Amino acid sequence: MNNARREALKTGGGITLLTLIFASGFLKPGEAISAEWNKAAFDTKNFADTMKALGGGNPAESADIVMTAPDIAENGAVVPVSVLSKIPKTESIAILIEKNPNMLTATFEIPEGTEPNIGTRVKMGQTSNVFALVKADGKYYTVAKEIKVTLGGCGG
Amino acid sequence: MADPMRIRASVQGDAADVKVLFSHEMETGQRKDANGQIVPAHFIQTVNAMFKGRSVLAAQWGPAVSKNPFLNFRFKGAAKGDKIQITWVDTKGDTRTDEATFT
Repeated sequence: MNNARREALKTGGGITLLTLIFASGFLKPGEAISAEWNKAAFDTKNFADTMKALGGGNPAESADIVMTAPDIAENGAVVPVSVLSKIPKTESIAILIEKNPNMLTATFEIPEGTEPNIGTRVKMGQTSNVFALVKADGKYYTVAKEIKVTLGGCGG
Repeated sequence: MADPMRIRASVQGDAADVKVLFSHEMETGQRKDANGQIVPAHFIQTVNAMFKGRSVLAAQWGPAVSKNPFLNFRFKGAAKGDKIQITWVDTKGDTRTDEATFT
């Protein structure tokens, strides 16, 4: 265990230090406790760019990902979405909403011992396809579901 | 200082179930106020769950996660009485850590 890294995390000033560590290539982001926020990926507007920013190619569709979400969301500000991956060696789960201003909504790193089963709530501006993206054993898999929104969650 | 999180941590069979309710505005930076001024973005960017000194979940969030976010995850290896710490950091650099005991 690297004590310097641990101290840096505690003080909160560790973000810059972590950036340096990543930049110098000592650590892969997946191994770090608190990875730098992936601005490039969160700024993307479409699926292809998001995949590129996350470092993956074209994901394969998979029936082994179960996304639980309503067919119709009455309130776009609070749409419950949960993703369960049955793919072995799932490393991370991401939620992408196609028609939001920025497509990538959330990513979750799944260390060993944690079940690849995440539940959260998201905002949707309008009716859109929602993608669950799973990285397992270095490969990307996805499943999509259209959620109809009757009242958008991004307006004033 | 931000309001505390509400964390419910329970052991169900061989898995530990953690539900967290964060207290945060999650402002997207898209919304305008009554004067037509854009409300600056302010949202939680990273969330970490630590159990016995190891990370059991590391999340990165964009502004499209709902206001007062909810998070549910499960992992193996926790027993009743064990503790879990959840930490978040937002776009202004504010951070908060809360701890819960498994029941």
